[in-house]
Amino acid sequence: MKVLVPVKRVVDYNVKVRVKSDGTGVDIANVKMSMNPFDEIAVEEAVRLKEAGIASEVIVVSAGVAGCQETLRTAMAIGADRGILIESDADLQPLAVAKLIKAVADKEQPQVVIFGKQAIDDDSNQTGQMFAALQGWPQATFASKVVIADGKATVTREVDGGLETLEMALPAVVTTDLRLNEPRYATLPNIMKAKKKPLETVKPEDLGVDVAPRLKTLKVAEPAKRQAGVKVADVADLVSKLKNEAKVI
Amino acid sequence: MAILVIAEHDNQSLKAATKNAVTAAAKIGGEIHVLVAGSGCANAAAEAAKLAGVAKVKVADAAHYADQTAENIAALVVANAAGYSHIVAPATTNGKNFAPRVAALLDVAQISDIVGVESADTFVRPIYAGNALATVQSADTVKVITVRTTGFEAVAEGGSAAVEAIAAGPDLGKSKLVSRELTKSERPELTAAKIIVSGGRGLGNGENYKTLLEPLADKLGAALGASRAAVDAGFVPNDYQVGQTGKIVAPQLYIAIGISGAIQHLAGMKDSKVIVAINKDPEAPIFQVADYGLVADLFEVVPQLAAAV
Ligand SMILES: Cc1cc2nc3c(=O)[nH]c(=O)nc-3n(C[C@H](O)[C@H](O)[C@H](O)COP(=O)(O)OP(=O)(O)OC[C@H]3O[C@@H](n4cnc5c(N)ncnc54)[C@H](O)[C@@H]3O)c2cc1C
Repeated sequence: MKVLVPVKRVVDYNVKVRVKSDGTGVDIANVKMSMNPFDEIAVEEAVRLKEAGIASEVIVVSAGVAGCQETLRTAMAIGADRGILIESDADLQPLAVAKLIKAVADKEQPQVVIFGKQAIDDDSNQTGQMFAALQGWPQATFASKVVIADGKATVTREVDGGLETLEMALPAVVTTDLRLNEPRYATLPNIMKAKKKPLETVKPEDLGVDVAPRLKTLKVAEPAKRQAGVKVADVADLVSKLKNEAKVI
Repeated sequence: MAILVIAEHDNQSLKAATKNAVTAAAKIGGEIHVLVAGSGCANAAAEAAKLAGVAKVKVADAAHYADQTAENIAALVVANAAGYSHIVAPATTNGKNFAPRVAALLDVAQISDIVGVESADTFVRPIYAGNALATVQSADTVKVITVRTTGFEAVAEGGSAAVEAIAAGPDLGKSKLVSRELTKSERPELTAAKIIVSGGRGLGNGENYKTLLEPLADKLGAALGASRAAVDAGFVPNDYQVGQTGKIVAPQLYIAIGISGAIQHLAGMKDSKVIVAINKDPEAPIFQVADYGLVADLFEVVPQLAAAV
C-alpha cells in the first residue's frame, strides 16, 4: 500500500512576518523557510506506517517554487522514499493544489493520502478536504490517532467538543492535528541518504491542471496593534482595576 | 441574490456559532436561508427560524445526517446550491470539515475564516496566525465561506421564518462514526464565554491546573482554556486549546496564567476586550498584549485572586 503525503514550504513558525509597506503582501525575502509543521507530522505518520509494515512506500509531493526541493529532501530525511516536485512560480491556491495532487494520485494510486490540516501561512485548512471531494473519497480531518488495518482506517479526530472516532474504507484522506505524533529529528546519515533518493520534477501543464487563482488579494494590512497596558502591583490592585477601570468583573 | 447559511447544531439545539454566521450573511446582503441537516432536528430548525433576518429554514431530516459526516453533508449542500450566490458556514471544526468539500465539488475557491465583509465578493481574512489581514476578492459565481465567529456579533432573535422540509440525499456511507468523547462541563462554552481563565505550562501539571484554576473560574463563572503546551502535556483535553490552530476566542476578559504568549497562542485570544497576564517572567511576550500584567509566582497569587473576586 502506497501512502502519499503532500508537503508545503512555508515561512518557519518562529518567524514573525512583517507586512510590506505597500500592502501587497508579507515580506518573505530572506526569512527562514521550513516544512509546514502539520505536514511534518503527516510525513512522520506515513513513515511510521511503513516501519510498522503497513505501508510499502511513502511518496512526498510538493507544489511550488524550485525551493520546495529542500522541503522534499527534509521529508525524505524523515523517511519518505521518493519525492515529486510540481514546479510552479504561480500563486497556487488550495483548489489548484488539490487538483495537482489528484493528478499525482491518479498516477500513483495511493490508498491513503495524509495532509497537514492547515498551512501556517495562509491558514486555509482546505486542501485535504478538497482533494477528498475531487476523488470522491472519505476524509477524517484533524486526526490525533490513526489506525490502519483490514482495508480500513480508524481515525480519532480533534473536534470542538472533544474527540470523535470515524471509520472509513480505503482509499481515504487523513489530515493531521498537532497531537498525532511528535516528528523525529532527521539524523545526519539520513539527511545524506535523502540526497540520493529519487526526486522527480513535473509542471502543472504536464499534469493538465489549470492553476489560475480564483481569489485575488487586493491588499494585505497589519492588524490593529494592541497597546501593552500596565503592570499592577498586586492582586488587590488587579481586582480593583478590573472592577473599577475595566468594569469586566 | 440569496445566501445559504449551514446551521451548526447537535440535533436538539442550534449552536451559537450559527448566529455569527447569519450576521456575516446579513452583511453580505441578500435573502438569508438556513439549512439544518440532521436527524430529529426539528427543534434546532425552530430555533433557526427565530433568528432575525432569516427568511426561510430548510430542513433535511434523515438518520445519515445525525453525525454530520462531511461526505453526506457536503453532497446535500451541493444538491441544494442552485440559486445561491453564497454558501456560508461558521468556521468551527465542523464547518471547516465540510465547507472545502462543498467548494471543490462546485469547482470554486473556499474563503476561510472571514472576519470582515467589504462587499458581496470581497472579504477580509487573517493569515499568518493573524499577523496580517488579507482582503481577497473572489471571481467565482458561488462564494463558499467560513466565518470566524469572533469577527461578527451574534444575530438577535425576533424572526419568524418559514420552515420547509427538503428531500434528503442518499447516504453515501463513506465514513461512519464509531464513538464520540465529548468533554462534559457545567461551564460556559469556550467560544461563547464572557470570561476565560486560561492556563499554560507554568502550572506544572494537571492537578495544579485543576486546584488553582477551577476555583477562580467558578468564582467568575468563566470558561477554562489552555495553551498548546498545557494540552500537549496532558493537563487538560484538546478542546481547551486556544490559538492559531485551536479555538479563536474574544471574551470580555481573558486571564492568561503561566502562559508565555507565543504568536500561535496570541493568534487565538488577542481580540479579547481585556487581557490579564500572570507570569513570573517580566519579559514574557504575553505582557506586550496584556492590559493588566502581574509579575508574580502564580502559585502564590492565583489563590489570592480566587479569594478576592
Ligand atoms: C504549528 C504550530 C501550531 C501551534 N498552535 C498553537 C495554538 O493553537 N495554541 C497555543 O497556545 N500554542 C500553539 N503552538 C505552540 C506555541 O508555539 C507555544 O509553544 C505554546 O503556546 C507555549 O505554551 P505555554 O505558554 O503554556 O508554555 P511556555 O512557553 O513554556 O510558557 C510557560 C510560561 O509560564 C511561566 N511560568 C512558569 N512557572 C511560573 C510560575 N510559577 N508562576 C508564573 N509564571 C510561571 C513562564 O515564565 C513562561 O512564560 C503552536 C506551535 C506550532 C509549531
